[in-house]
Amino acid sequence: MNQVPDQQGRFGKFGGRYVPETLMNALLELEEAYQHYSKDPDFIREVRYLLNKYSGRPTSLYYAERLTKHLGGAKIYLKREDLNHTGAHKINNTIGQGVLAKRMGKTKIIAETGAGQHGVASATVAALLGMECKVFMGEEDTKRQQLNVFRMNLLGAEVVPVTSGTRTLKDACNETLRYWVSHVEDTYYILGSVTGPHPYPMMVRDFQRVIGDETREQIVEAEGKLPDYVVAAVGGGSNAIGIFYPFVGDESVRLLGVEAAGRGVETLEHAATMTKGKHGVFQGSLSYVLQDEYGQVQPAHSISAGLDYPGIGPEHAYLKDTGRAEYVPITDAEALEALQLLSRTEGIIPALESAHAVAQTMKLAPTLDSDKVIVISLSGRGDKDVESIMHYLGGEPGESH
Amino acid sequence: MNRIDQVFEELRASGSTALIPFITMGDPDIRTSVDIIKTLVQAGADMIELGVPYSDPLADGPVIQRASERALRHRISIVDCIQVAEDARNAGADVPFILFTYYNPVLQLGLERFFELITSKGISGLIIPDLPIEEDEEMRGLAEQAGIHLIPLVAPTSHDRVKRIAAKARGFVYCVSSLGVTGVRSDFHAGIDEFLQSVREAASVPIAVGFGISSREQVERFAEQADGVIVGSAIVRKIEEALPLLAEPDRREEGLQYIHDYVRDLKA
Repeated sequence: MNQVPDQQGRFGKFGGRYVPETLMNALLELEEAYQHYSKDPDFIREVRYLLNKYSGRPTSLYYAERLTKHLGGAKIYLKREDLNHTGAHKINNTIGQGVLAKRMGKTKIIAETGAGQHGVASATVAALLGMECKVFMGEEDTKRQQLNVFRMNLLGAEVVPVTSGTRTLKDACNETLRYWVSHVEDTYYILGSVTGPHPYPMMVRDFQRVIGDETREQIVEAEGKLPDYVVAAVGGGSNAIGIFYPFVGDESVRLLGVEAAGRGVETLEHAATMTKGKHGVFQGSLSYVLQDEYGQVQPAHSISAGLDYPGIGPEHAYLKDTGRAEYVPITDAEALEALQLLSRTEGIIPALESAHAVAQTMKLAPTLDSDKVIVISLSGRGDKDVESIMHYLGGEPGESH
Repeated sequence: MNRIDQVFEELRASGSTALIPFITMGDPDIRTSVDIIKTLVQAGADMIELGVPYSDPLADGPVIQRASERALRHRISIVDCIQVAEDARNAGADVPFILFTYYNPVLQLGLERFFELITSKGISGLIIPDLPIEEDEEMRGLAEQAGIHLIPLVAPTSHDRVKRIAAKARGFVYCVSSLGVTGVRSDFHAGIDEFLQSVREAASVPIAVGFGISSREQVERFAEQADGVIVGSAIVRKIEEALPLLAEPDRREEGLQYIHDYVRDLKA
């Protein structure tokens, strides 16, 4: 496959920079700084050091023996991103961008967040690097995830509730971009996924590819071969790109992205961007978008706030349309069942996001021979979700979203 | 000759500055939008920006966001918005119309169908705030072919991009007065005068200033440096204030008069 993105930030036809002119120079400056520092040994060393000593990398690749036996088929490994500091893969990216922001001489950072994982990871890095931090979060989500709001406050960040539009992640992203337009001269925007305008999809991928690079080495050591399947949940798609990317050139490895089908792709309440969306421009790039026939973006729904997003990163659109990766939907109910199964068989409570990948594996593994190997990106731990899971399983009316 | 060029030529001859109001189509409904356009023309508007409501208006502040939400509640589409140009002209509003739309609604309609539509409905110019020059090649080619002006935005942060943008501009160059989203403000960017001067030097077409302009004093201030002044959020807010009047058949005229008086005062 060709090297993507190209100079204009295109993954095939996808990607680009569809933003107001006010932001263009900031994006060009960011791209230039990133090109420079990503080759700077000193920068690479600092990021590496923090990933290892601060976040605890490399994370383990764990053979889930009891889950494997229970499902009866392919061997299942879990890439334990849940063991990172702050409990998810998000910190890989915020460490990278935080150090970059500092090198660029910025003193203030801003970030958007849905469930709060990227917000917490940004607030954490801001505290670590001594920077001011504002996190934009949909008002709905601040209610659903009060503990994470408090966590960010403890870390010294200001959480700004977003009251426009759907009051969830989509509008938190809009509001962060609007704030950035107004403060572009001294503020760095740490975007949390492989979405948005170039260079973000490329840069976030590069900071997340550590997941796949480690997995590749670890699976070869454990099994003496590459995996047959790599399975990851996709909202914006950063953990999925992170684990897919180092395997893209290995045609024997099938890449499976799992998106949120919410209450079902046949209903209006889902976040199945690949299954039900069309090509469109949304929040700075051309990709798949959930939208109506006139190009108005549709609200998404998922039990998982991290997947509750009507867009997806442009590189995923490229992988889908070139046939290199497949994307399949998993419903709220299936994800909840998978969450419970993993908790009981392995003693690991996954994040609701990651539970979608586990759910797809529950369908896939029994259809495969026992000499096949599946790696799941276990992108985060479920601590943040325990309260809402309790509501769902208890069937209380105050269920989140 | 494109109607926008014609208007700027006439204004230059008489030594005046173009007043360019922006309104969101379908706020509160299409029929009222047509009436408001007529009102704006009577109050002295020289051309009008027809805003297509969008679910994710990145470049807009709270006032236009709210207007978009109101319009989208009854599923106004880009096709309806384009139709307004024809309806308003038939109702006697004889000024150039500029369609202001985010890129995705255009993309979903299909560029060819879009240009067929706007040409046949009498749109003279286009502003697409999320289509910077890096992304506008196809659009620019089609606009050129159709004789429709693709009006670019330049910002105080554009710096060395000003020349490249101005060189490709048609109709006029839209100068963003301050960093940030649309909306009323009392301060403009600190380097605004130098910025406008740099655009003036680079552009062979007229220049207009927008973002944050709401008073006659501000209009006069920019009239000295620019060929046109764009007023958006301030008018949309007046429409918002007039909504209760516009909703009552026997007080509708009063509501329109309220908008009229505000705009006439900007021009005076």
